[in-house]
Amino acid sequence: MHKVYNEIIQIAGDVITVEAKNVGYNELAEVQTQGSISLAQVIRLDGDRVSLQVLSGSRGISTNDKVRFLKHPMQVSFTQDLLGRIFTGSGESRDNGPALTENMIAIGGPSVNPAKRIIPKNMIRTGIPMIDVFNSLVESQKLPIFSVAGEPYNPLLARIAMQAEVDMIILGGMGLKYDDYLFFKDTLEKQGALSRSILFVHTASDPTVECLLVPDMSLAVAEQFALEGKRVLVLLTDMTNFADALKEIAITMEQIPSNRGYPGDLYSQLAKRYEKAVDFDGAGSITVLAVTTMPGDDVTHPVPDNTGYITEGQFYLKGGRIEPFGSLSRLKQQVNGDTRDDHRTIMDRMIQFYADYRETLEKKSMGFQMSGWDNKLLKYGDRFEKELMALSVNIPLEKALDLGWEILSSTFDKSETGIKDALIEKYWPKK
Amino acid sequence: MSDNLRKGQVIGVNGNMVSVEFLTNVMQNEVAYIVQGSDRLKSEVIRIRGKRAELQVFEDTNDIKIGDCVEFSGELLSVELGPGLLGQVFDGLQNPLPRLAQDHGFFLKRGVYLSALEDDQQWEFTPTVKKGDKVRSGSKLGFVPEKIFEHSIMVPFHLSGELEVVEIVAKGKYKIKDVVAKVKSLDGKTHDVCMKTIWPVKMPINAYSKKLKPIKPLVSKIRIIDTLVPVAVGGTFCTPGPFGAGKTVLQHLLSRHAEVDVVVIAACGERAGEVVEVLKTFPELKDPRTQKTLMDRTIIICNTSSMPVAARESSVYTAVTIAEYYRQMGLNVFLLADSTSRWAQAMREMSGRLEEIPGEEAFPAYLETRIASFYERAGIVQLRDGKTGSVTIGGAVSPAGGNFEEPVTQATLKVVGAFHGLSRDRANARKYPAIDPLQSWSKYESFIEFEKVEKGIRILKRSDQIDQMMKVVGEEGTTLDDFVEYLKGDFFDSVYLQQNAFDEVDEATIADRQKYIFDIIVEIIDKKFDFKGKEDARKFFLDLRQKFINWNTKKFNSSEFKSLEKNVLDQIQVTKVEQNA
Repeated sequence: MHKVYNEIIQIAGDVITVEAKNVGYNELAEVQTQGSISLAQVIRLDGDRVSLQVLSGSRGISTNDKVRFLKHPMQVSFTQDLLGRIFTGSGESRDNGPALTENMIAIGGPSVNPAKRIIPKNMIRTGIPMIDVFNSLVESQKLPIFSVAGEPYNPLLARIAMQAEVDMIILGGMGLKYDDYLFFKDTLEKQGALSRSILFVHTASDPTVECLLVPDMSLAVAEQFALEGKRVLVLLTDMTNFADALKEIAITMEQIPSNRGYPGDLYSQLAKRYEKAVDFDGAGSITVLAVTTMPGDDVTHPVPDNTGYITEGQFYLKGGRIEPFGSLSRLKQQVNGDTRDDHRTIMDRMIQFYADYRETLEKKSMGFQMSGWDNKLLKYGDRFEKELMALSVNIPLEKALDLGWEILSSTFDKSETGIKDALIEKYWPKK
Repeated sequence: MSDNLRKGQVIGVNGNMVSVEFLTNVMQNEVAYIVQGSDRLKSEVIRIRGKRAELQVFEDTNDIKIGDCVEFSGELLSVELGPGLLGQVFDGLQNPLPRLAQDHGFFLKRGVYLSALEDDQQWEFTPTVKKGDKVRSGSKLGFVPEKIFEHSIMVPFHLSGELEVVEIVAKGKYKIKDVVAKVKSLDGKTHDVCMKTIWPVKMPINAYSKKLKPIKPLVSKIRIIDTLVPVAVGGTFCTPGPFGAGKTVLQHLLSRHAEVDVVVIAACGERAGEVVEVLKTFPELKDPRTQKTLMDRTIIICNTSSMPVAARESSVYTAVTIAEYYRQMGLNVFLLADSTSRWAQAMREMSGRLEEIPGEEAFPAYLETRIASFYERAGIVQLRDGKTGSVTIGGAVSPAGGNFEEPVTQATLKVVGAFHGLSRDRANARKYPAIDPLQSWSKYESFIEFEKVEKGIRILKRSDQIDQMMKVVGEEGTTLDDFVEYLKGDFFDSVYLQQNAFDEVDEATIADRQKYIFDIIVEIIDKKFDFKGKEDARKFFLDLRQKFINWNTKKFNSSEFKSLEKNVLDQIQVTKVEQNA
């Protein structure tokens, strides 16, 4: 039997301290309060003083509650039974289904040896032209969606999940509004995708500490499936809530804060999760799409800033659209050379014209006179926004490219496009 | 022999910092192992107070317990130096990653350390000294062939004073641990010399006669760098920029094209995906100078952002020590560190755990000293045999918020010789490399004459001023002369300062070609044109630009190059009216 400690000497935030011996760093414990049992994780050892973060929060914990150490770190069950299920951040059932206890694996495992990675090479089609044509998503990519509160980032995430050509989806929700949680659940159910999905959801009203476990739970499970050869898409929303949870715990632990109160290891913490994205040499892959809401739409805020240095590009969601400027898929050139021979040209030229359109709009708003060329650009930009940029557009890549040609040909002469003749001959719509 | 007294036990764990109570003497920065059953977790002593030492652990600290045994090694954190380093991929502690992958599969197993060099490999050793010769530390005793070089076997760097060769083996095959020579110091002690030697990473190797001033330009083949903000052989530079500005692409280009002998790439805390790209593409790319694979002259130190933070801190030191080692052989070594901000952040993390009083933005007070002493390990040195060798250091900096005022960028700017500031605006406008020519600077001299370079800078500044003005008064409110000045600057920027990283000719421009082309650029800048109006002028420069960009993609002095050159020159001549004084 494990020894039970029943003197809690400090409670601060969600962190409790007991005096105990023979406890391992990061080990898990059970805290038994009146009527309920909560898990807690060791986050600091100082002589006999052991500090633990209580996953369900410290509310209602009294100094004589019982603490029992479990001799293992945080774990999650890995079985095929996970599919179609919904869990909390600490791995408990959220859907009234049975608890899963077989084949427990540790979460937050070691880093992948870079020598066992391969260069990503498969495009993941989403049916969204702003992604497929202009910033292709690539299998094993780690990519945040930078956005602000109020933008439809969760619907976007759900749509990508529904349409992406992957074997399975793992959704990690952090600080989700209850409505958003139901939205994801309903969408997946309605589209019949729940059976190939696993959800780990922490909602805004759940204890903060559970929020911290969501990415690790999601990614640990993803990793096991990927090792079995599955192509897994992990959706994380919202990583800013995760970072804020880190901040809360760090401040409780009286750690010296670095930037805007975030802990000094924010970069390492985020990287540790994002770097789980991988294409294994000889097995499956993990692709990570994560929402990062930017406080005040400020990309230099520590969370988006640190994220940008870790991830392989970003999608900017602004005004209900994926912005062509600022959005970037660093891996797109690995895949967009092998799709169709006009892909890269359409991608470049249409964005350049769109940039010109923006300039013309600016000139127009300042009252400058519009030239014939300006008017062409205005017409072009309008069609581009409505027919390609709108998030409601849902067409395969090839259709989107054809549509691109159609828009170009309806506004410009061949010679005005600056596209080389061979492509014009092949793709310019015949009237 | 492990001495019973050189042990201690764990009394605290906080993140990857472990507190240890020890029984006898402990050395600052010595390596200690936390024993966990059969695992031994490597760590380094970073603070000693009374009988208590703080260790930063280079591994996950999961499951470490109070009372766990700690063994102190008595040695500083060191690297193995010797033949067999070239072409290797190590982590920050010099573990060979491909061999680890062979032995342990997909994941980096905790507590597993392999020796950096292959002990069993045979090397063909040729002695270059004979018994009785007088030598000093760093003197060459012989050599073995390693990839494309003659790898010098040298007198160990830690020996001081004059030494006498008392034994030297005959030419033949030896392993790195075999004794190939014996040298006697003045105090009469004899020291064995093998091909492998060990050196503590945090101490510079200084077995040379003097350090020289870096004056010779290092040809990077990136035009904006070589012409406007050059780097010297043995010099230092930094490349700060917000994410997405192209730091890593620029570093990859430099590592491929710069005219140096050996390249050491230190990825400290960067994306694994990008490191993998180097890992997988370098063996397939040809070094234009040797026609061998690029990997033959490259060493990669790879600590991705998810690997333990303490190992990230050590990775830059591991890299620079290896760089210094090859410098001792009279080679020119180029060290690229991406990114030094992550290294600084690693220091910040540890400093926070040590609860040190934080400096600016919570970085430790010693940040500047550490950065300075790292960059100071660059230099061109005269070796004891009169040859020179160099280490050039280029550090990418990832400033928080893209703000160059932050402590790491500022501390770095104080100690480097050149500053290549990347700008988000230029990157957004797809101008590559996105080095801002007006913000960046260099204290080194270019291989292009200073007067000419000045003309280039002057037209860029002028063009920028006029551009700013036009934003207020519109094109209509600008004089034709000013407008032409603006176009000239814009032209210079787009055909010379920008390079197409995806075009195999344009991505790298040799020095001769740069000189040749820059003369034509200067001619255009100097020339007074007679345009009918602004439209006329714009069309002229757009035309010329198109021709120039095509010209940039043709091999230097090829027949296509010549014919396009004629095109360009013809256009300039046609509108020539008079030359500026």
